[in-house]
Formats: sequence, C-alpha cells, structure tokens
Amino acid sequence: MSYSNAELWLMIALLAVGTFLIRFSFLGLIGDRPLPDWVLRMLRYTPVAVLPGMVAPLVLWPAANDSVVEPVRLIAALVTLGVGYWRGSFLAGIGSGAAALYLGLLLTGQL
Amino acid sequence: MPDTTTKSAYWQGVRNGLPFILVVGPFAVLFGVVASEAGMGLAHIMGFTVMVIAGAAQFAALQLMVEDAAFGLVLLAALAVNLRMAMYSAALLPYLGQAPLWQRALIAYANFDQTYAASVAQYEARPDWSLQQRVHYFFGLATPIVPVWACMTLVGALIGKAIPPEWALDFALPITFLGLVGPALKTPAHIAAAVVSVVAALAFAGLPSGVGLLIAALAAMITGAFVEVRMGRPAP
Repeated sequence: MSYSNAELWLMIALLAVGTFLIRFSFLGLIGDRPLPDWVLRMLRYTPVAVLPGMVAPLVLWPAANDSVVEPVRLIAALVTLGVGYWRGSFLAGIGSGAAALYLGLLLTGQL
Repeated sequence: MPDTTTKSAYWQGVRNGLPFILVVGPFAVLFGVVASEAGMGLAHIMGFTVMVIAGAAQFAALQLMVEDAAFGLVLLAALAVNLRMAMYSAALLPYLGQAPLWQRALIAYANFDQTYAASVAQYEARPDWSLQQRVHYFFGLATPIVPVWACMTLVGALIGKAIPPEWALDFALPITFLGLVGPALKTPAHIAAAVVSVVAALAFAGLPSGVGLLIAALAAMITGAFVEVRMGRPAP
C-alpha cells in the first residue's frame, strides 16, 4: 500500500471518530426522535450490501493467482458461504471454508 | 439491596460475554496477521484495533488501502460497513437512554454485534431490571470481549510476518467476510441485496478502486429495502 505513516494515522483517527459517532448516534445525540422508516430499512441491509460486493472480486480474481479464477479458492469460498448460511454460524462457516481451502491446496499440491 | 443486584447483573454479563471470545479471538488474530502482512506497523495495527474496534470495517479499510483506493473512498466504505451499528444504538436507546452521558459514551464505544445482540435479548427477558442493572450487565458483557480483541490482534500482528505464503493467508479475508455474510442472509430481502451487491461490484470492477463498491452497496441497500416493502414486512 502506498499510504504514508501520517495518512494511516489520519485514516485511523477519522474511522475511530466516525465509528464512535455511529454507535453513539441514538444513545447520545439523536435521542428519542423517531427516524423515518425508510432510513431504518436501508440501515438493516448495510452489511449484506457492502461485504458481498467487496468479496466477489477477491474470490473470482484472487491476486495470489495473478487475478485469474482459481478453483480451490472458489470452492472454499462457496463452502464458507453455504455452511455459514445453513448453520447460521460464523465459526462453522469459516471453519469449513478453511478446511476446504487447505484440503484443496493439499490435493492440488500447492501446500 | 440494589448494590448486590447490580453486582450480580455485572457478573451475569461477564458470564454471558465469555463465549463470544471464541468468535472474537480468532477474528482478532486474523486482523493482526493480515494487517502486518499488508505492511502496517505494530503501532498502527494496535491503534486501529483499539480505537475503531470494529472487525469487518477494519478489514474493509485494510483491503481497500492495499488496493490503493482513494482516501475518501476507503473512509466511506469502512463507515458504511459500520452503519448497522446506528440501528443497534437505536435499539439500546429505550433501555439505556436515561443513563449518565459518560456511561452512554462508554456503552457506545463497546456497542458492536455481540454486545448489542446479547444485551437486547436480556433486557427483553428481564423487564423488571433497573437502569443500573441494565448498564452493569452491558459493561459485564464487554469486559471479557474488549481486552481479548486487543490482545489477540497483538498476537496476530506479532506472528503475521512469520507465516509463509503457501498458507494462502491472502484468502483469510474473503473467508472471514463470507463467514459474516452467510448467517446474515436471514430473509429474501437480505439475499436479494447480497446478489445485487455481487453483480454490481463485478460489473463496475473496472472503475477506480472503491468506486464500484460504493455504487454496488447503494444499489444493494435500495434493493433490500424495496424487496422488504414488496413482501409486506412491517417497518420496525
């Protein structure tokens, strides 16, 4: 990454303040005033709106494989998502995904 | 005996917070490892993890900085990941809104997925609790989680550079994010939002780093809200 020392600290500071203000928002600043329904509705979907879009290119075009599809990583990603969805558990998802990844890397002689 | 009951609320919080260490610990180690592999120094990593204390957003910011995305875009995307916590803040308000300002500030600092979910569930189950008991329960929940988060990040940062590339740590971040997404796909609206996010992010992958993601996230949030309304789920 080409971020300088000072830029990194500024980023961390702004993220810290911004994140705190989000967490503090209703408890500290907004109080009891009700928010419009559509705002709450949008807020509900922020994690599933941001994270999948961020992860999709990393799964399909992994930098470790010169940005071309790599079957082992693709399968591991699908296993993580599938098991996480099926079991409703973060730990079950990443545990199965990591197992699938290392099994695949072993079988294809990459480990 | 209000004193003894608040004490027991605190310790009940500690007990109920302990199991979350199993999730938070490995996640923190991973952040330390990935951040140090990305070239961040120890002071930056620890400052990041202690001041921001939001795993998914930290990973998101890190990934975009590695891709050399513009400063403002990194900030926007990472804060967007944290926007859900405004919802947590709103959910806690009826239970903790009357606490003194310094307590509410501390609660806000420790207001993340695990403490939010566990505290609201408890407050709903114990409507007889006083404000003090609720506050102490919340602090109890945070007591084991926050130090473990910081210490385990340190462990990860220290061992990070020692891990060879064959271990495919490049893929730790995608797996972590997918592990968060899977359980979050609770309704058709969530699934629709996730699908739109993926399709749009891939379609706009040619744009400068971070721009496509913001477009995708916005489109996905609108999709989620739209599907929710169409399916007739009442607003909370």
